[in-house]
Amino acid sequence: MKFEFDIADGDFAKAGTSSSQVKHILKQLNVDTKIIKKTTVAIYEAEVNVVAHAVGGGKLLADINLERIVVEVADLGPGIADIPQAMVEGFSTASPEVISMGFGAGMGLPNMRKNADKLEIISGVDEGTRVVITNYI
Amino acid sequence: MSNNAIHHALRVDYEKCRGCCNCMSVCPTDAIRIRNGKPLIFQHRCIDCGKCYRACPESAIRVEQDDFNEIFKYTRRVALLPSILKGQFPETIPKQRIYSELLEMGFTDVFEVGMMWRVFHLATARYIKNNQDKKPFISSFCPAVLRLIQTRFPSLLDHVIPMRAPVDIAALFYRRQLLAQGVPDDEIGTFYVTPCAAKVSAVKTPNPHERTILNGVINMDYIYNRVWKRIRGEEKDMPPEPLAETLCEKGVLWFLTAGESEYARGRSLAIDGIANVIEFLENMENEEISDIDFLELRSCDQSCAGGVLTSCNRFLTVERLRNRAERSRKATCLKDPDRWDDIDDDTEYLVDHIMLGKINPKPALTLDEDMGRAMVKMEKLQKILAILPGVDCGLCGSPNCQALAEDVVNGDASLRQCIFLQKKRVAGDKTKITEAGKILDAVWGKNIFDGRAIDLEE
Ligand SMILES: Nc1ncnc2c1ncn2[C@@H]1O[C@H](COP(=O)(O)OP(=O)(O)OP(=O)(O)O)[C@@H](O)[C@H]1O
Ligand code: SF4
Ligand code: SF4
Ligand SMILES: [Mg+2]
Repeated sequence: MKFEFDIADGDFAKAGTSSSQVKHILKQLNVDTKIIKKTTVAIYEAEVNVVAHAVGGGKLLADINLERIVVEVADLGPGIADIPQAMVEGFSTASPEVISMGFGAGMGLPNMRKNADKLEIISGVDEGTRVVITNYI
Repeated sequence: MSNNAIHHALRVDYEKCRGCCNCMSVCPTDAIRIRNGKPLIFQHRCIDCGKCYRACPESAIRVEQDDFNEIFKYTRRVALLPSILKGQFPETIPKQRIYSELLEMGFTDVFEVGMMWRVFHLATARYIKNNQDKKPFISSFCPAVLRLIQTRFPSLLDHVIPMRAPVDIAALFYRRQLLAQGVPDDEIGTFYVTPCAAKVSAVKTPNPHERTILNGVINMDYIYNRVWKRIRGEEKDMPPEPLAETLCEKGVLWFLTAGESEYARGRSLAIDGIANVIEFLENMENEEISDIDFLELRSCDQSCAGGVLTSCNRFLTVERLRNRAERSRKATCLKDPDRWDDIDDDTEYLVDHIMLGKINPKPALTLDEDMGRAMVKMEKLQKILAILPGVDCGLCGSPNCQALAEDVVNGDASLRQCIFLQKKRVAGDKTKITEAGKILDAVWGKNIFDGRAIDLEE
């Protein structure tokens, strides 16, 4: 079953809305609470990254079946130049404005990896970024 | 979905109810539906917050309570009081007067639940020390919040400190004192003068694994009305001896917002009001909240001062109790609450005996326990949501479009209850207007225009 949600551009107050919606669906489906927790945390980080680093907002696509949850969070750029470097704990290019909002510790992607059974990041400079989080049920 | 194990204390008086559906609109957990013109509470969703009780303009929702005469089944009749009771009365009324009226009513003992704050505090501190991996810790003080977490946020249950509620600790303490004096167990009756419906339900939900320590609950408004009537009726000399031990400042403030968080170590937050609590728990599930050690979460605005069974304005109660606390503070200087070396045997016993086992989830959001079946329902739900208008008018008898869609897939409602869809069907000759009228009657009752002449020409 597929679900689609929009992620608003640059609105930190609303970051978390899509992850909350996915979380609600997972609760309705009676998915194990530990898996819900992991998945929500991972999606939330991806959602915040769209708000903090991308321009023009993004989309969240969730595909759920009895075996796994796949969530794709996609935006239209500016993209990540060096993905392995971005994955390093503490690495961040967050703007002062983002830091003033309490983000930018460079912990989002590492936290995502910790809470995802499989994590794929497809990105390049001036391209969009697609983060695909898979958790098995 | 059956959660029959939960007992709820709210009852609808169908005679008084005129079906205005204010209750349905305010319920924070979407637990209310309208059927045949009257509210129906979905028990597995209700958390006993009492919002519906407050919102009802006809006072048609009431909180079930024990018959007061139940207390006379026992030879020792103990009234357990939250400090909130004192806060209902002007500060000019000495607490001795309130206690003595309770004794006149038939109690043999009065005891302030606030006396237990230090036991609670020490047990909390010890649990936190031994379970650092469960941070941030959520207090289990408020039974409505506990139910909210069990039903809607089960993944956060791990953070809840599994401790008995304050009044249960007080009942355990007082019973032990009386047993030590040789009073037989079955002659002791302990009764809580409760400010909230949530506690009534918690007491009435049977726990087959446990001996009863708290025998019943008496609604605070009932006690207040009786005591206040007598106090206004006559002047009285107060007995020189105090009738109950003096409560320290912290015991007075315990029931108010920040009553726990003030003394918690590390970073703590106090949040009151059920909507605020829900919003916070949503964020907490996303791990948006970090570096907090302790959370005091209370269902009522102004905590127990705003309990639905209180009679006095909650802000006034807070002010009065702060003044009373200030007087206690001047009278007795408080010892360091975190010291373990000065505690007596009773405190030590209680600290060791008030932890509960695992708190079980009671998930209320699941469409079906079997995930496969839940998926089938979810697919249907999405299709229904796509056609519903999304105006959340409530005329279908469900509080919003999302809730109607869930009700339809759960077999609790029919899609034809949506009046927008009905209109379309009537316009397209798919449903007869008389048929549509019958559907509306099933939700709102036949008598909605009762006694009123309707002249559509005017
Ligand atoms: N969607 C994205 N678009 C562009 N760049 C991104 C995106 N997501 C991550 N990045 C880059 O990867 C870096 C590391 O991301 P990560 O989420 O780990 O840390 P952060 O967002 O900077 O800080 P934190 O997540 O701790 O608030 C970011 O600073 C940014 O340069
Ligand atoms: S007590 Fe609270 S949760 Fe229960 S039906 Fe009333 S408003 Fe809803
Ligand atoms: S805040 Fe106090 S009065 Fe209100 S529900 Fe919780 S324990 Fe009861
Ligand atoms: Mg980030």
